Amino acid sequence: MVTPPPATSPYPRRSLWCAVLVGAGVMAGIDEIVFHQILQWHHFFDHATPTVGILSDGLLHAAELLAIVAGFFLLLDLARRQLLALSWAWAGFFLGMGGFQLFDGIVSHKLLRIHQIRYGVDLLIYDLTWNLTALALLAIGVWLYRRASRLEQD
Amino acid sequence: MHETHPTPADASLLNMLPLALLVLLTLAYLSAAYRQRSATGGWSGWRIAAFMTGSLLLGLALAPPVMEWAHHDLRIHMVQHLLIGMLAPLGWVLSAPVTLLLRTLSPGAARHVIVVLQSRTVRLVSHPVSALVLNIGGMYLLYLTPLYAATLQNAALHHWMHLHFLVAGYLFCWSILAGPDAAPHTPSMHFRLGVLFVSMATHAILGKLMYGYLWPRGTGHGVEEIQFAAQLMYYGGDLAEVLLAIVLFTMWLRTPPSRRMH
Repeated sequence: MVTPPPATSPYPRRSLWCAVLVGAGVMAGIDEIVFHQILQWHHFFDHATPTVGILSDGLLHAAELLAIVAGFFLLLDLARRQLLALSWAWAGFFLGMGGFQLFDGIVSHKLLRIHQIRYGVDLLIYDLTWNLTALALLAIGVWLYRRASRLEQD
Repeated sequence: MHETHPTPADASLLNMLPLALLVLLTLAYLSAAYRQRSATGGWSGWRIAAFMTGSLLLGLALAPPVMEWAHHDLRIHMVQHLLIGMLAPLGWVLSAPVTLLLRTLSPGAARHVIVVLQSRTVRLVSHPVSALVLNIGGMYLLYLTPLYAATLQNAALHHWMHLHFLVAGYLFCWSILAGPDAAPHTPSMHFRLGVLFVSMATHAILGKLMYGYLWPRGTGHGVEEIQFAAQLMYYGGDLAEVLLAIVLFTMWLRTPPSRRMH
């Protein structure tokens, strides 16, 4: 007996990209809760920040919030229509988390100087830890991505 | 001292006016909803709940003790602003008051309302971009100029500020959701998300500018009070705008995929 093919096949690309949005938004949320609120290492406003940093911080903040809401609802929509490719979504989630962490560590902290990780300490070790964490998350994402491609070929 | 101050009785009467209007509007909505009970489908209890939530939040913000407190404390003013300009309007928009009004009025009167809704003025102010400018532009004007200090001196200006918050907030929520009342403009979902994005970003930037450069000035508020108020604006704005985004996406999710706008 031949099993009929599913009426619709999952959307791997869409699942991946929606999860990237959620991953980036979740990482930004962790950053906000852990470093701004709990540890209070980051400063809400750093007078060393150039004006362009304050403006781009606002844009980035809005993008993070919208990314998490949009990504969540787009994934929910895929799941309800049975089009969600879960292995691709997990890969996207980790790539999004790692990608955001690396962007935050390099662009926000160093190039735009929106705020530093911590004040009154030698930053090098903090910056290294921050960006190495980002690379580790990205590595998990890449591994999951390759796993998802393999699963798709089988 | 030859200045003429309003007597306490006058002042309290003026302070009760917004609250009295609010009670009248709420009673009007409830009686109209009650009259729809025999119509097919009646009137949704969720919409009534949304209107009542909006009214309660407004009532809280406009209660004379809160008004008095907000006059002296920028942090309370900011909570008031969040309630009047962002959370209460969302509740009212979700209660579909225009649809209820059109259903309640006689066909002749309803036609007049439609003429007003289709007038150039209403079409102009109800576009997402103009609603954004009225809403956020108004806030930049209020907090980054001496205007805020002026509203503390002038009662009429003070009431006008609150009315502006409410109307601009309502127009903004309505134009972004483009529903449940049929909106004068229905731009694509992408466009409305873009406007919401700009609103969130400019709101966050305003919060940071107020925190960093201590606006509004000339009010005698202390540094810590202004910074606390600015953070309330930043995080409170996040809360309200994320809520608006969640409502927008929930409405999108409930639309069948074939009928969705992109």
